Amino acid sequence: MQYKSQAVAKPYFIAAIGLFVGQILFGLILGLQYVLGDFLFPAIPFNVARMVHTNLLIVWLLFGFMGGAYFLIPEESETELFSPKLALVLFWVFLVAGALTIVGYLAVPYATLAELTGNNLLETMGREFLEQPLPTKLGIVVVALAFLFNITMTVLKGKKTAISLVLLIGLWGLAVFFLFSFYNPANVVLDKFFWWWTVHLWVEGVWELILGSFLAFVLIKTTGVDREVIEKWLYVIVTLTLITGIIGTGHHYFWIGTPEYWQWWGSIFSALEPIPFFAMTVFAFNMVNRRRREHPNKAAVLWALGTGVMAFLGAGVWGFLHTLAPVNYYTHGTQITAAHGHMAFYGAYAMVNLMMISYAMPIINGRAANSNKSQVLEMWAFWLMTVAMVFITLFLTAAGILQVWLQRVSDTPLPFMVAQDKIALFYWMREWAGVAFLIGLILYITSFFVGGDEEKAA
Amino acid sequence: MSGAFTKSMARNIFYGGTVFFFLLFLALSFDTLSQLPKRDMRANMTPQIAEGKKLWEVNNCIGCHSLLGEGAYFAPELGNVIVRYGEEGTKAFIQSRPKEGIPGRRSMPQFNFTDEQLDAIVAFLKHVNSINTNNWPP
Repeated sequence: MQYKSQAVAKPYFIAAIGLFVGQILFGLILGLQYVLGDFLFPAIPFNVARMVHTNLLIVWLLFGFMGGAYFLIPEESETELFSPKLALVLFWVFLVAGALTIVGYLAVPYATLAELTGNNLLETMGREFLEQPLPTKLGIVVVALAFLFNITMTVLKGKKTAISLVLLIGLWGLAVFFLFSFYNPANVVLDKFFWWWTVHLWVEGVWELILGSFLAFVLIKTTGVDREVIEKWLYVIVTLTLITGIIGTGHHYFWIGTPEYWQWWGSIFSALEPIPFFAMTVFAFNMVNRRRREHPNKAAVLWALGTGVMAFLGAGVWGFLHTLAPVNYYTHGTQITAAHGHMAFYGAYAMVNLMMISYAMPIINGRAANSNKSQVLEMWAFWLMTVAMVFITLFLTAAGILQVWLQRVSDTPLPFMVAQDKIALFYWMREWAGVAFLIGLILYITSFFVGGDEEKAA
Repeated sequence: MSGAFTKSMARNIFYGGTVFFFLLFLALSFDTLSQLPKRDMRANMTPQIAEGKKLWEVNNCIGCHSLLGEGAYFAPELGNVIVRYGEEGTKAFIQSRPKEGIPGRRSMPQFNFTDEQLDAIVAFLKHVNSINTNNWPP
Protein backbone atom coordinates (compact mmCIF):
# COMPACT_ATOMS: atom_id res chain seq x y z
CA MET A 1 0.00 0.00 0.00
CA GLN A 2 1.52 3.31 -1.07
CA TYR A 3 -0.35 5.55 1.38
CA LYS A 4 -1.27 4.62 4.93
CA SER A 5 -4.63 6.39 4.79
CA GLN A 6 -5.84 4.11 1.98
CA ALA A 7 -6.53 1.59 4.73
CA VAL A 8 -9.71 3.46 5.75
CA ALA A 9 -11.29 1.72 2.77
CA LYS A 10 -11.24 -1.60 4.61
CA PRO A 11 -14.22 -1.14 6.96
CA TYR A 12 -16.20 0.26 4.01
CA PHE A 13 -15.50 -2.86 1.97
CA ILE A 14 -16.36 -5.18 4.84
CA ALA A 15 -19.64 -3.36 5.47
CA ALA A 16 -20.42 -3.42 1.75
CA ILE A 17 -20.04 -7.20 1.61
CA GLY A 18 -22.06 -7.67 4.79
CA LEU A 19 -24.95 -5.63 3.44
CA PHE A 20 -24.66 -7.44 0.10
CA VAL A 21 -25.35 -10.71 1.94
CA GLY A 22 -28.44 -9.13 3.51
CA GLN A 23 -29.60 -7.95 0.11
CA ILE A 24 -29.34 -11.44 -1.36
CA LEU A 25 -31.15 -13.08 1.59
CA PHE A 26 -34.05 -10.69 1.17
CA GLY A 27 -33.94 -11.30 -2.57
CA LEU A 28 -34.52 -14.98 -1.87
CA ILE A 29 -37.46 -14.12 0.42
CA LEU A 30 -38.98 -12.00 -2.35
CA GLY A 31 -38.44 -14.70 -4.94
CA LEU A 32 -40.23 -17.17 -2.70
CA GLN A 33 -43.10 -14.76 -2.08
CA TYR A 34 -43.58 -14.62 -5.84
CA VAL A 35 -44.53 -18.30 -5.81
CA LEU A 36 -45.69 -18.87 -2.23
CA GLY A 37 -47.69 -15.72 -1.81
CA ASP A 38 -48.28 -16.06 1.94
CA PHE A 39 -44.64 -16.74 2.83
CA LEU A 40 -43.82 -14.65 5.96
CA PHE A 41 -47.13 -12.77 5.62
CA PRO A 42 -48.11 -10.62 7.45
CA ALA A 43 -44.81 -10.40 9.41
CA ILE A 44 -42.71 -9.33 6.43
CA PRO A 45 -45.02 -8.34 3.56
CA PHE A 46 -43.55 -8.19 0.06
CA ASN A 47 -43.27 -4.41 0.01
CA VAL A 48 -41.16 -4.41 3.18
CA ALA A 49 -38.85 -7.16 1.95
CA ARG A 50 -38.48 -5.37 -1.39
CA MET A 51 -37.63 -2.11 0.31
CA VAL A 52 -34.95 -3.89 2.35
CA HIS A 53 -33.63 -5.63 -0.78
CA THR A 54 -33.33 -2.47 -2.91
CA ASN A 55 -32.20 -0.15 -0.11
CA LEU A 56 -29.50 -2.57 0.99
CA LEU A 57 -28.34 -2.66 -2.62
CA ILE A 58 -28.09 1.11 -2.78
CA VAL A 59 -26.35 1.37 0.59
CA TRP A 60 -23.80 -1.37 -0.08
CA LEU A 61 -22.99 0.11 -3.46
CA LEU A 62 -22.50 3.50 -1.80
CA PHE A 63 -20.23 1.87 0.80
CA GLY A 64 -18.30 0.32 -2.06
CA PHE A 65 -18.05 3.62 -3.94
CA MET A 66 -16.85 5.45 -0.86
CA GLY A 67 -14.38 2.75 0.09
CA GLY A 68 -13.13 2.58 -3.48
CA ALA A 69 -12.73 6.35 -3.60
CA TYR A 70 -10.81 6.38 -0.31
CA PHE A 71 -8.47 3.75 -1.71
CA LEU A 72 -8.12 5.28 -5.18
CA ILE A 73 -7.85 8.99 -4.47
CA PRO A 74 -4.68 9.03 -2.30
CA GLU A 75 -2.87 6.84 -4.81
CA GLU A 76 -3.94 8.95 -7.79
CA SER A 77 -3.30 12.22 -5.94
CA GLU A 78 0.01 10.89 -4.60
CA THR A 79 -0.74 12.19 -1.15
CA GLU A 80 -2.34 10.98 2.06
CA LEU A 81 -6.08 11.38 2.48
CA PHE A 82 -7.05 14.83 3.80
CA SER A 83 -8.62 13.35 6.93
CA PRO A 84 -8.65 9.60 7.59
CA LYS A 85 -10.32 10.30 10.91
CA LEU A 86 -13.29 11.99 9.23
CA ALA A 87 -13.57 9.00 6.90
CA LEU A 88 -13.74 6.66 9.86
CA VAL A 89 -16.34 8.77 11.70
CA LEU A 90 -18.47 8.93 8.56
CA PHE A 91 -18.22 5.19 8.23
CA TRP A 92 -19.86 4.65 11.60
CA VAL A 93 -22.46 7.36 11.04
CA PHE A 94 -23.47 5.86 7.71
CA LEU A 95 -23.47 2.30 9.01
CA VAL A 96 -25.59 3.12 12.06
CA ALA A 97 -28.01 5.25 10.00
CA GLY A 98 -28.32 2.48 7.43
CA ALA A 99 -28.83 -0.22 10.05
CA LEU A 100 -31.44 1.81 11.94
CA THR A 101 -33.32 2.44 8.69
CA ILE A 102 -33.46 -1.27 7.87
CA VAL A 103 -34.54 -2.09 11.43
CA GLY A 104 -37.21 0.60 11.12
CA TYR A 105 -38.54 -0.98 7.91
CA LEU A 106 -38.76 -4.39 9.56
CA ALA A 107 -39.88 -3.43 13.06
CA VAL A 108 -42.84 -1.12 12.52
CA PRO A 109 -45.46 -0.64 9.80
CA TYR A 110 -44.21 1.81 7.18
CA ALA A 111 -46.97 4.35 7.96
CA THR A 112 -45.90 4.35 11.62
CA LEU A 113 -42.27 4.81 10.59
CA ALA A 114 -43.31 7.78 8.45
CA GLU A 115 -45.22 9.24 11.38
CA LEU A 116 -42.33 8.74 13.81
CA THR A 117 -39.60 10.13 11.56
CA GLY A 118 -41.19 13.43 10.64
CA ASN A 119 -42.55 12.64 7.18
CA ASN A 120 -45.28 15.19 7.97
CA LEU A 121 -42.66 17.94 8.05
CA LEU A 122 -41.47 17.15 4.55
CA GLU A 123 -43.15 14.35 2.66
CA THR A 124 -40.44 12.42 0.83
CA MET A 125 -41.18 8.79 1.71
CA GLY A 126 -43.02 6.04 -0.11
CA ARG A 127 -41.49 6.51 -3.52
CA GLU A 128 -39.63 3.60 -5.09
CA PHE A 129 -35.96 3.40 -4.02
CA LEU A 130 -36.34 6.68 -2.10
CA GLU A 131 -38.31 5.12 0.76
CA GLN A 132 -35.79 6.24 3.40
CA PRO A 133 -37.21 8.30 6.30
CA LEU A 134 -36.34 11.98 6.34
CA PRO A 135 -33.56 11.69 8.95
CA THR A 136 -31.88 9.00 6.83
CA LYS A 137 -32.14 11.13 3.69
CA LEU A 138 -30.64 14.08 5.55
CA GLY A 139 -27.96 11.75 6.93
CA ILE A 140 -27.09 10.63 3.41
CA VAL A 141 -26.66 14.27 2.38
CA VAL A 142 -24.46 15.07 5.38
CA VAL A 143 -22.31 11.97 4.92
CA ALA A 144 -22.04 12.59 1.18
CA LEU A 145 -20.99 16.21 1.63
CA ALA A 146 -18.43 15.44 4.32
CA PHE A 147 -17.11 12.57 2.21
CA LEU A 148 -16.88 14.82 -0.85
CA PHE A 149 -15.12 17.47 1.19
CA ASN A 150 -12.55 14.91 2.30
CA ILE A 151 -11.99 13.54 -1.18
CA THR A 152 -11.97 16.92 -2.91
CA MET A 153 -9.47 18.39 -0.44
CA THR A 154 -7.20 15.42 -1.05
CA VAL A 155 -7.31 15.94 -4.81
CA LEU A 156 -6.78 19.67 -4.43
CA LYS A 157 -3.64 19.24 -2.36
CA GLY A 158 -2.26 16.50 -4.61
CA LYS A 159 -1.92 15.53 -8.23
CA LYS A 160 -4.98 15.89 -10.43
CA THR A 161 -5.38 13.00 -12.84
CA ALA A 162 -8.15 12.32 -15.35
CA ILE A 163 -9.23 9.34 -13.26
CA SER A 164 -9.64 11.36 -10.09
CA LEU A 165 -11.39 14.20 -11.94
CA VAL A 166 -13.91 11.85 -13.56
CA LEU A 167 -14.46 10.16 -10.21
CA LEU A 168 -15.01 13.50 -8.51
CA ILE A 169 -17.52 14.59 -11.13
CA GLY A 170 -19.33 11.29 -10.69
CA LEU A 171 -19.42 11.57 -6.91
CA TRP A 172 -20.46 15.22 -6.89
CA GLY A 173 -23.16 14.39 -9.41
CA LEU A 174 -24.35 11.59 -7.13
CA ALA A 175 -24.76 14.06 -4.26
CA VAL A 176 -26.34 16.81 -6.34
CA PHE A 177 -28.92 14.61 -8.06
CA PHE A 178 -29.87 13.00 -4.75
CA LEU A 179 -31.24 16.39 -3.73
CA PHE A 180 -34.20 15.81 -6.06
CA SER A 181 -35.35 13.11 -3.64
CA PHE A 182 -36.49 15.96 -1.38
CA TYR A 183 -38.82 17.34 -4.03
CA ASN A 184 -42.17 15.59 -3.84
CA PRO A 185 -45.07 17.71 -5.09
CA ALA A 186 -48.68 16.57 -4.76
CA ASN A 187 -48.82 16.58 -8.57
CA VAL A 188 -47.93 12.97 -9.33
CA VAL A 189 -46.64 13.70 -12.85
CA LEU A 190 -44.18 16.31 -11.57
CA ASP A 191 -43.21 13.96 -8.77
CA LYS A 192 -42.42 11.20 -11.24
CA PHE A 193 -40.69 13.58 -13.66
CA PHE A 194 -38.12 14.72 -11.09
CA TRP A 195 -37.92 11.38 -9.31
CA TRP A 196 -36.05 10.20 -12.39
CA TRP A 197 -33.56 13.03 -11.99
CA THR A 198 -32.28 11.13 -9.01
CA VAL A 199 -32.86 7.58 -10.18
CA HIS A 200 -31.97 7.73 -13.86
CA LEU A 201 -29.28 10.37 -13.68
CA TRP A 202 -27.65 8.24 -11.00
CA VAL A 203 -27.59 4.83 -12.59
CA GLU A 204 -27.46 5.80 -16.25
CA GLY A 205 -25.43 8.93 -15.66
CA VAL A 206 -23.04 9.86 -12.90
CA TRP A 207 -22.63 6.37 -11.43
CA GLU A 208 -21.18 5.29 -14.77
CA LEU A 209 -18.45 7.88 -14.23
CA ILE A 210 -17.61 6.22 -10.94
CA LEU A 211 -17.67 2.85 -12.68
CA GLY A 212 -15.42 4.11 -15.50
CA SER A 213 -12.85 5.66 -13.19
CA PHE A 214 -12.65 2.57 -10.94
CA LEU A 215 -12.23 0.37 -14.01
CA ALA A 216 -9.56 2.65 -15.50
CA PHE A 217 -7.67 2.71 -12.18
CA VAL A 218 -7.60 -1.05 -11.78
CA LEU A 219 -6.65 -1.53 -15.44
CA ILE A 220 -3.70 0.85 -15.11
CA LYS A 221 -2.51 -1.00 -12.03
CA THR A 222 -2.99 -4.53 -13.29
CA THR A 223 -1.97 -4.18 -16.94
CA GLY A 224 0.76 -1.57 -16.78
CA VAL A 225 -0.62 0.01 -19.98
CA ASP A 226 0.34 3.66 -20.41
CA ARG A 227 -1.80 6.07 -18.39
CA GLU A 228 -2.22 8.36 -21.41
CA VAL A 229 -3.92 5.57 -23.37
CA ILE A 230 -6.19 4.50 -20.51
CA GLU A 231 -7.26 8.00 -19.60
CA LYS A 232 -8.05 8.83 -23.22
CA TRP A 233 -10.32 5.79 -23.28
CA LEU A 234 -11.89 6.89 -20.03
CA TYR A 235 -12.76 10.30 -21.42
CA VAL A 236 -14.24 8.77 -24.57
CA ILE A 237 -16.34 6.33 -22.54
CA VAL A 238 -17.72 8.91 -20.13
CA THR A 239 -18.42 11.28 -23.01
CA LEU A 240 -20.48 8.58 -24.70
CA THR A 241 -22.19 7.84 -21.39
CA LEU A 242 -23.38 11.35 -20.75
CA ILE A 243 -24.30 12.38 -24.28
CA THR A 244 -26.51 9.31 -24.59
CA GLY A 245 -27.57 8.94 -20.97
CA ILE A 246 -28.72 12.45 -20.08
CA ILE A 247 -31.35 12.73 -22.79
CA GLY A 248 -31.81 8.97 -22.51
CA THR A 249 -33.78 9.89 -19.36
CA GLY A 250 -36.55 10.39 -21.90
CA HIS A 251 -37.15 6.64 -22.09
CA HIS A 252 -38.89 7.02 -18.72
CA TYR A 253 -41.09 9.81 -20.03
CA PHE A 254 -43.17 7.77 -22.48
CA TRP A 255 -46.24 6.99 -20.36
CA ILE A 256 -46.25 9.10 -17.21
CA GLY A 257 -48.13 12.11 -18.49
CA THR A 258 -45.20 13.79 -20.26
CA PRO A 259 -45.47 14.96 -23.89
CA GLU A 260 -45.30 12.56 -26.84
CA TYR A 261 -42.05 13.94 -28.20
CA TRP A 262 -40.16 12.12 -25.45
CA GLN A 263 -40.96 8.92 -27.31
CA TRP A 264 -38.58 10.12 -30.03
CA TRP A 265 -35.92 11.69 -27.85
CA GLY A 266 -36.03 8.84 -25.34
CA SER A 267 -36.01 6.05 -27.92
CA ILE A 268 -33.19 7.48 -30.01
CA PHE A 269 -30.83 8.51 -27.23
CA SER A 270 -31.42 5.51 -25.01
CA ALA A 271 -30.94 3.23 -28.01
CA LEU A 272 -27.42 4.66 -28.08
CA GLU A 273 -26.82 3.97 -24.38
CA PRO A 274 -25.35 0.50 -25.03
CA ILE A 275 -22.45 2.13 -26.93
CA PRO A 276 -20.52 3.38 -23.89
CA PHE A 277 -20.99 -0.02 -22.25
CA PHE A 278 -19.71 -1.74 -25.37
CA ALA A 279 -16.76 0.65 -25.39
CA MET A 280 -16.09 -0.33 -21.78
CA THR A 281 -15.96 -4.02 -22.70
CA VAL A 282 -13.65 -3.37 -25.65
CA PHE A 283 -11.55 -1.14 -23.40
CA ALA A 284 -11.13 -3.76 -20.69
CA PHE A 285 -10.24 -6.57 -23.10
CA ASN A 286 -7.95 -4.34 -25.17
CA MET A 287 -5.98 -3.16 -22.18
CA VAL A 288 -5.65 -6.65 -20.72
CA ASN A 289 -4.47 -7.97 -24.10
CA ARG A 290 -1.90 -5.20 -24.37
CA ARG A 291 -0.68 -5.69 -20.80
CA ARG A 292 2.95 -5.02 -20.08
CA ARG A 293 3.07 -6.98 -16.86
CA GLU A 294 1.54 -10.05 -15.30
CA HIS A 295 -0.19 -8.82 -12.20
CA PRO A 296 -0.39 -11.57 -9.57
CA ASN A 297 -4.03 -10.66 -8.80
CA LYS A 298 -5.78 -12.65 -11.51
CA ALA A 299 -9.10 -12.46 -9.71
CA ALA A 300 -9.21 -8.66 -9.90
CA VAL A 301 -8.51 -8.79 -13.64
CA LEU A 302 -11.32 -11.31 -14.04
CA TRP A 303 -13.75 -8.98 -12.25
CA ALA A 304 -12.58 -6.10 -14.47
CA LEU A 305 -13.27 -8.07 -17.64
CA GLY A 306 -16.49 -9.42 -16.15
CA THR A 307 -17.92 -6.06 -15.24
CA GLY A 308 -17.35 -4.82 -18.79
CA VAL A 309 -19.13 -7.76 -20.35
CA MET A 310 -21.97 -8.02 -17.84
CA ALA A 311 -22.65 -4.29 -17.76
CA PHE A 312 -22.86 -4.34 -21.54
CA LEU A 313 -25.24 -7.31 -21.49
CA GLY A 314 -27.37 -6.19 -18.56
CA ALA A 315 -27.50 -2.46 -19.01
CA GLY A 316 -26.78 -2.29 -22.74
CA VAL A 317 -28.45 -5.26 -24.42
CA TRP A 318 -31.24 -5.90 -21.90
CA GLY A 319 -31.87 -2.18 -21.70
CA PHE A 320 -32.11 -1.84 -25.46
CA LEU A 321 -34.49 -4.80 -25.56
CA HIS A 322 -37.35 -2.70 -24.18
CA THR A 323 -36.25 0.89 -24.62
CA LEU A 324 -37.90 1.72 -27.95
CA ALA A 325 -41.26 3.35 -27.29
CA PRO A 326 -43.39 1.00 -29.46
CA VAL A 327 -41.89 -2.01 -27.65
CA ASN A 328 -41.98 -0.32 -24.25
CA TYR A 329 -45.68 0.34 -24.69
CA TYR A 330 -46.18 -3.38 -24.10
CA THR A 331 -43.28 -4.18 -21.77
CA HIS A 332 -43.48 -1.16 -19.43
CA GLY A 333 -43.97 -2.27 -15.83
CA THR A 334 -43.48 -6.00 -16.41
CA GLN A 335 -40.91 -8.62 -15.49
CA ILE A 336 -38.86 -7.48 -18.50
CA THR A 337 -37.91 -4.44 -16.46
CA ALA A 338 -37.06 -6.65 -13.48
CA ALA A 339 -34.85 -8.83 -15.69
CA HIS A 340 -32.97 -5.79 -17.00
CA GLY A 341 -32.64 -4.26 -13.54
CA HIS A 342 -31.10 -7.37 -12.02
CA MET A 343 -28.41 -7.94 -14.61
CA ALA A 344 -27.63 -4.26 -15.07
CA PHE A 345 -27.09 -3.58 -11.38
CA TYR A 346 -25.07 -6.73 -10.89
CA GLY A 347 -23.00 -6.29 -14.04
CA ALA A 348 -22.30 -2.62 -13.74
CA TYR A 349 -22.27 -1.72 -10.07
CA ALA A 350 -22.03 -4.87 -7.98
CA MET A 351 -19.21 -6.24 -10.11
CA VAL A 352 -17.21 -3.02 -10.31
CA ASN A 353 -17.29 -2.81 -6.52
CA LEU A 354 -16.27 -6.44 -6.23
CA MET A 355 -13.44 -5.68 -8.67
CA MET A 356 -12.22 -2.79 -6.52
CA ILE A 357 -12.48 -4.87 -3.36
CA SER A 358 -10.66 -7.73 -5.05
CA TYR A 359 -7.84 -5.42 -6.11
CA ALA A 360 -7.57 -3.33 -2.96
CA MET A 361 -8.18 -5.71 -0.06
CA PRO A 362 -5.01 -7.82 -0.50
CA ILE A 363 -2.96 -4.62 -0.78
CA ILE A 364 -4.54 -3.17 2.35
CA ASN A 365 -3.71 -6.47 4.04
CA GLY A 366 -0.09 -6.06 3.03
CA ARG A 367 0.27 -8.22 -0.07
CA ALA A 368 0.02 -7.69 -3.83
CA ALA A 369 -2.45 -10.50 -4.22
CA ASN A 370 -4.08 -13.28 -2.27
CA SER A 371 -2.77 -16.83 -2.37
CA ASN A 372 -3.47 -18.91 -5.40
CA LYS A 373 -5.89 -21.03 -3.42
CA SER A 374 -7.87 -18.00 -2.32
CA GLN A 375 -7.95 -16.59 -5.84
CA VAL A 376 -9.16 -19.86 -7.32
CA LEU A 377 -12.03 -19.85 -4.86
CA GLU A 378 -12.82 -16.21 -5.63
CA MET A 379 -12.89 -17.00 -9.35
CA TRP A 380 -15.27 -19.89 -8.71
CA ALA A 381 -17.44 -17.44 -6.83
CA PHE A 382 -17.21 -15.04 -9.78
CA TRP A 383 -18.44 -17.67 -12.20
CA LEU A 384 -21.14 -19.04 -9.96
CA MET A 385 -22.62 -15.63 -9.14
CA THR A 386 -22.32 -14.39 -12.71
CA VAL A 387 -23.82 -17.48 -14.34
CA ALA A 388 -26.56 -17.52 -11.70
CA MET A 389 -27.36 -13.90 -12.51
CA VAL A 390 -27.49 -14.73 -16.22
CA PHE A 391 -30.07 -17.40 -15.45
CA ILE A 392 -32.05 -15.15 -13.11
CA THR A 393 -32.20 -12.67 -15.96
CA LEU A 394 -33.15 -15.26 -18.57
CA PHE A 395 -35.95 -16.71 -16.42
CA LEU A 396 -37.32 -13.25 -15.63
CA THR A 397 -37.14 -12.40 -19.33
CA ALA A 398 -39.09 -15.53 -20.19
CA ALA A 399 -41.62 -14.68 -17.48
CA GLY A 400 -41.80 -11.13 -18.82
CA ILE A 401 -42.40 -12.13 -22.41
CA LEU A 402 -45.16 -14.50 -21.35
CA GLN A 403 -46.64 -11.87 -19.05
CA VAL A 404 -46.72 -9.31 -21.86
CA TRP A 405 -48.36 -11.82 -24.15
CA LEU A 406 -50.93 -13.21 -21.73
CA GLN A 407 -51.83 -9.90 -20.16
CA ARG A 408 -51.51 -7.35 -22.94
CA VAL A 409 -51.12 -8.77 -26.43
CA SER A 410 -53.26 -11.91 -26.84
CA ASP A 411 -56.81 -11.75 -28.19
CA THR A 412 -58.19 -12.55 -24.76
CA PRO A 413 -56.02 -10.61 -22.26
CA LEU A 414 -55.93 -12.19 -18.80
CA PRO A 415 -56.09 -10.32 -15.50
CA PHE A 416 -52.75 -9.68 -13.80
CA MET A 417 -52.98 -12.40 -11.15
CA VAL A 418 -54.25 -15.05 -13.56
CA ALA A 419 -51.28 -14.37 -15.81
CA GLN A 420 -48.93 -14.49 -12.79
CA ASP A 421 -50.14 -17.97 -11.86
CA LYS A 422 -49.52 -19.21 -15.38
CA ILE A 423 -45.86 -18.13 -15.37
CA ALA A 424 -45.07 -19.41 -11.86
CA LEU A 425 -42.75 -22.07 -13.28
CA PHE A 426 -40.31 -19.37 -14.36
CA TYR A 427 -40.45 -17.74 -10.94
CA TRP A 428 -39.53 -21.07 -9.40
CA MET A 429 -36.55 -21.40 -11.72
CA ARG A 430 -35.52 -17.84 -10.92
CA GLU A 431 -35.59 -18.72 -7.22
CA TRP A 432 -33.32 -21.72 -7.75
CA ALA A 433 -30.93 -19.55 -9.74
CA GLY A 434 -31.03 -17.19 -6.76
CA VAL A 435 -30.00 -20.05 -4.47
CA ALA A 436 -27.05 -20.71 -6.79
CA PHE A 437 -26.17 -17.02 -6.52
CA LEU A 438 -26.17 -17.26 -2.72
CA ILE A 439 -23.85 -20.28 -2.86
CA GLY A 440 -21.53 -18.20 -5.07
CA LEU A 441 -21.65 -15.40 -2.54
CA ILE A 442 -20.80 -17.81 0.30
CA LEU A 443 -17.81 -19.06 -1.71
CA TYR A 444 -16.80 -15.45 -2.28
CA ILE A 445 -16.78 -14.70 1.43
CA THR A 446 -14.98 -17.96 2.17
CA SER A 447 -12.21 -16.88 -0.21
CA PHE A 448 -11.25 -14.12 2.24
CA PHE A 449 -10.48 -16.69 4.89
CA VAL A 450 -8.42 -19.04 2.76
CA GLY A 451 -4.73 -18.46 3.41
CA GLY A 452 -1.88 -20.38 1.83
CA ASP A 453 1.88 -19.97 2.00
CA GLU A 454 2.43 -18.41 -1.37
CA GLU A 455 1.04 -14.98 -0.50
CA LYS A 456 3.21 -12.48 -2.27
CA ALA A 457 4.56 -9.49 -0.42
CA ALA A 458 3.40 -6.10 -1.64
CA MET B 1 -6.93 5.20 -31.16
CA SER B 2 -4.30 6.94 -33.22
CA GLY B 3 -1.78 9.43 -31.91
CA ALA B 4 -3.54 12.35 -33.56
CA PHE B 5 -6.41 12.07 -31.11
CA THR B 6 -4.95 13.25 -27.83
CA LYS B 7 -6.14 12.98 -24.27
CA SER B 8 -6.79 16.70 -24.03
CA MET B 9 -8.98 16.54 -27.13
CA ALA B 10 -10.93 13.71 -25.52
CA ARG B 11 -11.25 15.75 -22.33
CA ASN B 12 -12.53 18.79 -24.20
CA ILE B 13 -15.12 16.73 -26.03
CA PHE B 14 -16.20 15.28 -22.69
CA TYR B 15 -16.75 18.67 -21.09
CA GLY B 16 -18.26 20.26 -24.21
CA GLY B 17 -20.51 17.30 -25.00
CA THR B 18 -21.74 16.97 -21.44
CA VAL B 19 -22.56 20.64 -21.09
CA PHE B 20 -24.27 20.75 -24.50
CA PHE B 21 -26.46 17.73 -23.89
CA PHE B 22 -27.27 18.73 -20.34
CA LEU B 23 -28.43 22.14 -21.56
CA LEU B 24 -30.48 20.45 -24.29
CA PHE B 25 -32.03 18.24 -21.61
CA LEU B 26 -32.84 21.31 -19.52
CA ALA B 27 -34.45 22.98 -22.54
CA LEU B 28 -36.60 19.91 -23.24
CA SER B 29 -37.52 19.70 -19.55
CA PHE B 30 -38.47 23.35 -19.51
CA ASP B 31 -40.72 22.82 -22.52
CA THR B 32 -42.25 19.76 -20.84
CA LEU B 33 -43.01 21.72 -17.69
CA SER B 34 -44.81 24.33 -19.78
CA GLN B 35 -46.93 21.62 -21.48
CA LEU B 36 -47.71 19.58 -18.38
CA PRO B 37 -50.70 21.62 -17.12
CA LYS B 38 -52.70 20.41 -20.16
CA ARG B 39 -51.76 16.79 -19.49
CA ASP B 40 -51.46 16.28 -15.72
CA MET B 41 -54.95 17.66 -14.95
CA ARG B 42 -53.62 19.90 -12.18
CA ALA B 43 -56.67 22.12 -12.54
CA ASN B 44 -58.67 19.34 -10.89
CA MET B 45 -56.27 18.97 -7.99
CA THR B 46 -57.96 19.01 -4.56
CA PRO B 47 -56.69 18.62 -0.98
CA GLN B 48 -58.42 15.24 -0.98
CA ILE B 49 -56.33 14.05 -3.93
CA ALA B 50 -53.17 15.29 -2.21
CA GLU B 51 -54.23 13.41 0.93
CA GLY B 52 -54.79 10.30 -1.19
CA LYS B 53 -51.31 10.58 -2.64
CA LYS B 54 -49.88 10.90 0.85
CA LEU B 55 -51.73 7.76 1.95
CA TRP B 56 -50.45 6.02 -1.17
CA GLU B 57 -46.92 6.97 -0.12
CA VAL B 58 -46.92 6.35 3.63
CA ASN B 59 -48.36 2.89 3.12
CA ASN B 60 -45.69 2.13 0.52
CA CYS B 61 -48.21 0.92 -2.06
CA ILE B 62 -45.50 1.24 -4.72
CA GLY B 63 -43.66 -1.59 -2.93
CA CYS B 64 -46.04 -4.12 -4.53
CA HIS B 65 -48.05 -2.24 -7.16
CA SER B 66 -47.08 -0.16 -10.16
CA LEU B 67 -48.57 3.25 -10.91
CA LEU B 68 -48.35 4.28 -14.55
CA GLY B 69 -46.04 1.31 -14.92
CA GLU B 70 -43.55 2.39 -12.27
CA GLY B 71 -43.06 0.53 -9.02
CA ALA B 72 -43.05 -3.15 -8.18
CA TYR B 73 -44.56 -5.89 -10.33
CA PHE B 74 -45.88 -8.10 -7.54
CA ALA B 75 -49.42 -6.75 -7.69
CA PRO B 76 -51.55 -5.18 -10.44
CA GLU B 77 -51.13 -1.76 -12.05
CA LEU B 78 -53.35 0.78 -10.32
CA GLY B 79 -53.33 3.67 -12.78
CA ASN B 80 -56.48 2.18 -14.30
CA VAL B 81 -57.92 0.33 -11.31
CA ILE B 82 -60.90 2.67 -11.09
CA VAL B 83 -61.87 1.65 -14.62
CA ARG B 84 -61.49 -2.02 -13.80
CA TYR B 85 -63.06 -2.11 -10.32
CA GLY B 86 -65.09 1.08 -10.02
CA GLU B 87 -64.87 3.42 -7.06
CA GLU B 88 -66.99 1.32 -4.71
CA GLY B 89 -65.38 -1.91 -5.89
CA THR B 90 -61.93 -0.52 -5.17
CA LYS B 91 -62.92 0.53 -1.67
CA ALA B 92 -64.60 -2.80 -0.97
CA PHE B 93 -61.49 -4.67 -2.11
CA ILE B 94 -59.15 -2.68 0.12
CA GLN B 95 -61.51 -3.05 3.10
CA SER B 96 -62.03 -6.77 2.74
CA ARG B 97 -58.38 -7.93 2.86
CA PRO B 98 -58.03 -10.59 5.56
CA LYS B 99 -55.60 -9.63 8.31
CA GLU B 100 -53.72 -12.91 8.19
CA GLY B 101 -53.63 -13.09 4.40
CA ILE B 102 -54.99 -15.79 2.11
CA PRO B 103 -53.37 -19.23 2.49
CA GLY B 104 -50.93 -19.88 -0.34
CA ARG B 105 -51.78 -16.67 -2.18
CA ARG B 106 -50.33 -13.19 -2.50
CA SER B 107 -52.38 -10.92 -0.32
CA MET B 108 -52.65 -7.23 0.34
CA PRO B 109 -52.25 -6.23 4.00
CA GLN B 110 -55.27 -4.96 5.93
CA PHE B 111 -54.59 -1.25 6.45
CA ASN B 112 -57.70 -0.41 8.53
CA PHE B 113 -58.41 2.77 6.59
CA THR B 114 -61.21 5.07 7.71
CA ASP B 115 -63.96 5.98 5.24
CA GLU B 116 -62.39 9.40 4.65
CA GLN B 117 -59.06 7.79 3.93
CA LEU B 118 -60.64 5.38 1.46
CA ASP B 119 -62.35 8.29 -0.26
CA ALA B 120 -59.02 10.10 -0.52
CA ILE B 121 -57.24 7.06 -1.96
CA VAL B 122 -59.95 6.58 -4.54
CA ALA B 123 -59.89 10.28 -5.41
CA PHE B 124 -56.14 10.03 -5.96
CA LEU B 125 -56.42 6.91 -8.13
CA LYS B 126 -59.22 8.50 -10.11
CA HIS B 127 -57.04 11.54 -10.66
CA VAL B 128 -54.13 9.38 -11.87
CA ASN B 129 -56.50 7.66 -14.26
CA SER B 130 -57.36 11.04 -15.80
CA ILE B 131 -53.74 11.88 -16.69
CA ASN B 132 -52.91 11.88 -20.40
CA THR B 133 -50.50 8.91 -20.61
CA ASN B 134 -50.41 8.52 -24.40
CA ASN B 135 -52.93 5.67 -24.08
CA TRP B 136 -50.92 3.57 -21.69
CA PRO B 137 -51.62 0.90 -20.37
CA PRO B 138 -52.53 -1.22 -23.41
